[in-house]
Amino acid sequence: MSDSSSLNKTCVVIGASHAGVNFAFTLRREGWEGAIILFDSDPEIPYHRPPLSKAYLSAEDNTQLDLLFPEQNYASENIILNLGKSVVSIDKESKYIVLSDKSKQSYDKLVIATGARPFIPPINGIKTANNLFPMRTFADTVNIQNAMKNSEKKRVVIIGGGYIGLETAASLKKTGANVVVLEREERVLERVTAPEMSFFFNKLHKENNVDLLTNKNVIEIKTVKGINEVFCDDNTSYFADLIVVGVGIKVNTELATKAGLEIENGIKVDETAKTSDVDIYAIGDCTYHFNPHYNRFIRLESVQNAVDQAKVAASAICGNEVVYNAIPWFWSDQYDVKLQMVGLSQGYNEVIQRVEEENEKCQSVWYFKDDELLAVDAVNNGKAYVLGTRFIKGKQQLDKGKLKDTKIPFKPTSFLKD
Amino acid sequence: MAKITFVTQSNETITVEGNSGNVMELAVQNKIKGIDGNCGGVCSCATCHVHVEPSDWDKVGAPNSMESDMLEFDEKVSDYSRLSCQMKISEDLDGIVLKVAN
Repeated sequence: MSDSSSLNKTCVVIGASHAGVNFAFTLRREGWEGAIILFDSDPEIPYHRPPLSKAYLSAEDNTQLDLLFPEQNYASENIILNLGKSVVSIDKESKYIVLSDKSKQSYDKLVIATGARPFIPPINGIKTANNLFPMRTFADTVNIQNAMKNSEKKRVVIIGGGYIGLETAASLKKTGANVVVLEREERVLERVTAPEMSFFFNKLHKENNVDLLTNKNVIEIKTVKGINEVFCDDNTSYFADLIVVGVGIKVNTELATKAGLEIENGIKVDETAKTSDVDIYAIGDCTYHFNPHYNRFIRLESVQNAVDQAKVAASAICGNEVVYNAIPWFWSDQYDVKLQMVGLSQGYNEVIQRVEEENEKCQSVWYFKDDELLAVDAVNNGKAYVLGTRFIKGKQQLDKGKLKDTKIPFKPTSFLKD
Repeated sequence: MAKITFVTQSNETITVEGNSGNVMELAVQNKIKGIDGNCGGVCSCATCHVHVEPSDWDKVGAPNSMESDMLEFDEKVSDYSRLSCQMKISEDLDGIVLKVAN
């Protein structure tokens, strides 16, 4: 910031995870001289969330969290962390927020980075089930690991075969659990990948002795003496000492809704991450934002979106307006498989699967809408991921015949149309 | 202990000391611009790309196979590219100079 206009101002951030924390540090770097105050109901020093369901859950020694930034950096950057504190309302006319202890904090600029929370489906008996947890926070991993330690049979039922469910299955299997995954749809990862990818992960989990079951609609949980029995609508049932629920999320829009901000499938923001109020921005999982590349509004659950949108908002607040224009990317680690995804496959009408000859665990799935490459899922294949990113960004026209031909190696020009 | 020097895209030179962990973490701790480490250090995002000073290449060594797959077609790749999350801090790295790629 070129002048000292921010010196006596206060920027308040609700939510101190990937989006809120990266925003705070970027805002300082961009030249904001005033106060930066973060609030989060999670009591832990802000940490990386993706490893929780991956390496963290299967590690022997979990005393040390993977912090986003070391604790001393908050002090050295004069960023105030208020952890274990819940915000209950926003008064956008008088520009202050109210905490659960009724105290108030005024702001000049407010950033909502409230993210999302696990959706707990309305299944009979779910509230009285024993050792039933979602998988999103550090506290969830502690609960899951304690339940594992205290269980002799270590029978785990995971409700939901999405990324969280499958990563949790792989991680708990490593620690000696007997894992059953119950997926309601006819294939795992149904919402996010092509059948080819679902098939690959299905096989991978079966090879690792995880019982991955599809078309399993859970309708009831009965709990007797601490042992759960999970019932499906096809008259099957599964015993569980521990149940992990991974069936999706609910966006934390309540504060924004109550404050009268525009909501549409999330908190609606413009290309600079500004909400319908000129002094309030929103970033990360909670936002419904425009993606110029795909030319539509989207909501994303990802670290990439959290971090990139945080930077855009920080720049905008410091007067250096940058338009948010990123190609989304994601990753997942299960067993010895690294999955990297780039782009958004929604709307695809053709899929090309490439299984590399030397190694069937090195493959990639390319999603096209007619001639436009929309997205790539790369399995143990960093080359496909990086090249896919380049092709999507550059809107390059690919020769699908060449792409299918595994004799043709990955090169920046080898799949381009003549 | 190792002293590691980072040179950012805006030609700022910062020398810091590390004892453990990896070079990406050291850079994030010391607010080195251009090293984000968004994936937390699992070789998934390439937001910690550095160019090793050629004279230091032998101290650092070549990338592992997962890492070189990520680097090979990166628009900013050079013969001395590494992902700093894959570089473990040890005394071997003492004195090296790394240019931040982004």
